[in-house]
Amino acid sequence: MELFKKTNIDFLGRKGIFYALSVVLLAAGVGSLVIKGGLKYGIDFTGGANVSIRFAEPPPIDKIRSAVSSKIAGEISVQEVSTEHEVIISTVLDTSLDAAGQEKAVQEARGLIVEAMTEAFGSAGGKLDFNNAGTAALIERLREPFQRAAIGISDQELERLARGMTEYRNSPPRSGLIQSFDELKAVDGVTPAMIEVLKQECSLAPFGIRGAEVVGPKIGRELRNKAVLATVYALGGMLVYIAFRFEWIYGLAAVIAVIHDVLITLGLFSIFDKEISLNVVAALLTLVGYSMNDTIVVFDRIRETLKLSRRDPFLKVVNDSINQTLSRTVITSGLTFITALALLLFGGPVLNGFSFALVAGILVGTYSSIFIASPILVFWYRLVEERKQRKK
Amino acid sequence: MSNLKWKTLVIALTTLVCLYGIIGLPKSKDELAANWEKNIKLGLDLKGGTLLVLQVQLQDAFKVEATTQIERIKEELNRQGIPFNAVDLDYEPKSLDDAEQTAVAVKGVPADRIAAFRSAMGELMPSWNLTGVTSTDYRLTMKTTEALELKRQTLEGAMQTIESRINGLGLAEASVQQRGGADSEAEILISLPGLDDPARVKAILQTAALLELYEVKGGPYPRQEDAYAANGGVLPLGTKLIRSAQRAGEQGEGWYLLARTPVITGRDLRDSRPMQDEFGKWETSFVLSQESKGRFGRFTEANINNRLAIVLDNQVRSAPVIQSRIEDQGRITGAYSQQDASDLALVLRAGSLPAGVQYLQESTVGPSLGADSIRQGLTAAAAGIGLVIVCMLIYYRASGINATVALILNAVLLVGVLSYLDAVLTLPGIAGIILLIGMAVDSNVLIFERIREELAAGKAVLAAIDNGFSKAFLTIIDTHVTTVVSCAFLFMFGTPAVRGFAVTLVIGLVANVFTAIFVSRAIFQWVVGRQRGKIALSI
Repeated sequence: MELFKKTNIDFLGRKGIFYALSVVLLAAGVGSLVIKGGLKYGIDFTGGANVSIRFAEPPPIDKIRSAVSSKIAGEISVQEVSTEHEVIISTVLDTSLDAAGQEKAVQEARGLIVEAMTEAFGSAGGKLDFNNAGTAALIERLREPFQRAAIGISDQELERLARGMTEYRNSPPRSGLIQSFDELKAVDGVTPAMIEVLKQECSLAPFGIRGAEVVGPKIGRELRNKAVLATVYALGGMLVYIAFRFEWIYGLAAVIAVIHDVLITLGLFSIFDKEISLNVVAALLTLVGYSMNDTIVVFDRIRETLKLSRRDPFLKVVNDSINQTLSRTVITSGLTFITALALLLFGGPVLNGFSFALVAGILVGTYSSIFIASPILVFWYRLVEERKQRKK
Repeated sequence: MSNLKWKTLVIALTTLVCLYGIIGLPKSKDELAANWEKNIKLGLDLKGGTLLVLQVQLQDAFKVEATTQIERIKEELNRQGIPFNAVDLDYEPKSLDDAEQTAVAVKGVPADRIAAFRSAMGELMPSWNLTGVTSTDYRLTMKTTEALELKRQTLEGAMQTIESRINGLGLAEASVQQRGGADSEAEILISLPGLDDPARVKAILQTAALLELYEVKGGPYPRQEDAYAANGGVLPLGTKLIRSAQRAGEQGEGWYLLARTPVITGRDLRDSRPMQDEFGKWETSFVLSQESKGRFGRFTEANINNRLAIVLDNQVRSAPVIQSRIEDQGRITGAYSQQDASDLALVLRAGSLPAGVQYLQESTVGPSLGADSIRQGLTAAAAGIGLVIVCMLIYYRASGINATVALILNAVLLVGVLSYLDAVLTLPGIAGIILLIGMAVDSNVLIFERIREELAAGKAVLAAIDNGFSKAFLTIIDTHVTTVVSCAFLFMFGTPAVRGFAVTLVIGLVANVFTAIFVSRAIFQWVVGRQRGKIALSI
C-alpha cells in the first residue's frame, strides 16, 4: 500500500496561507492568555496543596466546599474530575502571608482538608474509618476485638488478612472505596464472624482519599526555575548539535520552528483551560525533541539533494525534498499521533495534561517542519543570493 | 560461519540476556510473576507511597548554642570577678538564611577590666569573634568556619535521627537522602514506598523527642503569674518555669518550677518500649544507660519524697513523687493509644532531633490511585502498540512483520536494561515507552520508505536494501541524538518521576538503533537469502 505516489506539491509557493494559519493560531493563544491573565500553573509551580478524593456517589460539591471553607481561611477550589465521582480539592497560596507563614499554611492545608471531610462525611462514635485506614492501623484496631470475639488467629495471619482486605478495597472497580463490609466476604480467609467485628469496630465513610500533593512555595519556585532552565538548555543543546551537523542557519531555523510549536501548544493549553504541571513541561520537551526529529529528516534530505543536483535553484531543492519525505512524514506522524492519542484516551487523569501536550504538539510539530523551518532556509538563501548579486 | 549466522547469534544472545534480566529462570507460573515483580521496580506513583521533603531548621542549633554560651559566659565572668550588667541574645535567627548572624551581647563591662575580659573570652570561646560595640558593650558572633561546622554537624545529626526513626517504622525500601544543590543543602528527601498513612509518619519525624528529667522545685501553679507571685516576683536562681502538657481528661494547664539543668536527658537512654499499666492504659517505659545509672540512683536516693518532672519537648508530661531509689527505669504515662505509646518509644530510641524540621513538599499516592495508573498506563501502551502494528502490517505488508519484530524486541531490550540498571518504572516512564513506540517505528518507516524509493528508481532488491539502510542511517542518528540531548536536560532538572521518563526514553532510543538497523537488516537478509531465482520483496 502507498499513500503518496511521487507527489509534486508546491509547498513553499503557498507559504502565505500557512504563515497566516500560524499567525491566527498564535494570535488565538496570545488572545486567550491576555484574557485569562496568563497560563494556569499547577501547584508544582505555584505552591499549594491538593487532595484527590473519590466518593461513592456523585460528590456534593457545595457541601464539600463549605466544609473545607470552614477550616481554611484562604481561597479554595473544588473541582470535579472524570466520571468516577472524584474531586480535587486545592488551596491557593495566600499572598498576604510572609514566606514562613506561606510554607506553614500550605503544609497544614492537607491535614485540614482531610479533617473537614471526616467531620462532614466521616465516621461517628470513634470507629475506625475503614475506607481511609492504612493496613497498620487496621491491624491494631482489630487485634483485641478479634481476641474478645474468640477468633483465634496469629499475628501473621492477622497481618495477612488485613493486607488482603486493604488490597481488595484498593483494587478496581472499588478503587479505594467499599460500600458495605459484606463485600469483604470475597477476601480469602475472612469469616462472617470477622465481618461482624468489623461492623462494630469500623465505619465506612462515603469517600476515600486517593492521593495528596503538597508543594511549598520554595520548592515551587525551584521547580519553576528548573523547568525554564531545562527548556532553554535543551533548545540551546539542539541548536548547537544541528549547527555542528549542518550549518548554523539550519539550527536556527529548526529552533525557531520548535519555539513556534511550543508557543502554539501553550496557547492551546490556555484556550482549553488546562493546567501546566511538571509533567506537561516534560511533554513539551519531548515535543521539542519530536519536532526537531521531523525537521532534521527534511533537512537531511535537503542536504542530500543539494549534493546531487547543484544546478537546481534552492527553492526547488527544498520543495523536492519535502515531497520526497512526505510519505515518511505523514506515516510517522500518523503513528506517533496514534500512540499519543491512545495515551490521551486511556492514560487516565494523571497523564491527561501530558498526553494533551503531545497530541497537540505532534500535529503542530509536523506542520512546522514543512511550513516554518524550510521556508526560513529558503528566505535566508535568497537573502545571501541577493547580497552576492548586489556585490557584483 | 556466515555473516547472517553471526548476526543471529548476537541478536539471540542479547535477547536472552535481557529476558533473563526481566524474568530470570522461572520454573513455574508463580515464580515468573514473582521474578517479574522483583526485577521491574515500580516508582512511588505506581506502587503508592509517600514522598516527603523537609528542611532542617539549622537556626535552632545556633539558638541553642548561643543560649548555652550565655550561661557559660555568666559563670566564667562571675568566677573571675569581672563585673557586667547583662549577657543576652543580641540577635535571634528567624530563618535558615540568617542563622550565622546569631549574636550574643555582653553589656556593661567596666573599661578598666577590658584586658581581663578579652582574655577570658578568648580562652572560654575560641570559636567566637569578639567585637566592641561601645566602650563597655561587646558582641560575640560565631566564626565562619565554626558556623559551617555547626551546620554540618546539625544536619548530619538530623539525618541520622530521621534515618533511625524511619528504620524503626520497619518499612521496606524506605530511603532518606540529602537533596543537595546550592540552596537546598539543609533539605532531606524521604521516600516511603508502600506507606499509606503519611500523617502518622510526618508526626513521628517532626517530634523533637527531647526527653529531660528535672528536679521539681515548686508547683504546679495554675498560671504563670501565680508562679511568680509564689516566689516573690522573681524566679529563684537556677530554676525555670515549664508548662505541663494538656492531656485529655485532665483539668487545665499547670506550670512547674524546675531546676535549670536536667538530671537525665534523652542521650542517657538505652532503650524504650511501649507497655500497659495495671489498668490497661498505655505508657512508654525507658531504661537508662550504664553511665547514667549511678548518677540517677544517687539523685533519686537523695530526693525521696520530692518530685521528679518528666519533660518531653519542653512540656511536663508527668511529675511523680520519688518513692525510693531508682536505678535505671522510668516511664512516661498518658498515652492515648498503643500506637501513641509505641511511636513515642520509637522516637526516644532513635534519639532527639538537634533542630526542628519543616515540611516543604509532600506527595502521597494512595495504593488505589497507583493501581489505577498502572492499569491505565498499560491499557494505553497496549492500545498504542496494537494500533501501530496493525498499521505497519497493512502499509508494508510482509515487511511490516519485520518492523513488528524489531518493535517488540526494542521493548524487550528496554525493559531488560531497565531491570539491570535497577531503574524505577514511573507513570511518566510508561508514557516514555509509549512515545518510544512512535519514535522506534519512525526508524523503520524512514528505512522502508527509502527502500521503496530505491525500488521505484529501478534498483535491484539487494541494492535497494543496502542503499535504504545506509541512506537512512545518518538521519536516524541525527534524530536520536537530538532527542537524547533534550532528555539529558530533563534528567538534570527533573523530579524523580520525570527522570524516569528521560531514562526510559534514552535507553529505548539506544536499543532502537540496534533493533531498527541491525536486527531489521538481518531479517531482510534472511528473507532475501531464502529466495531462489528472481528476488522479490514485499514492502
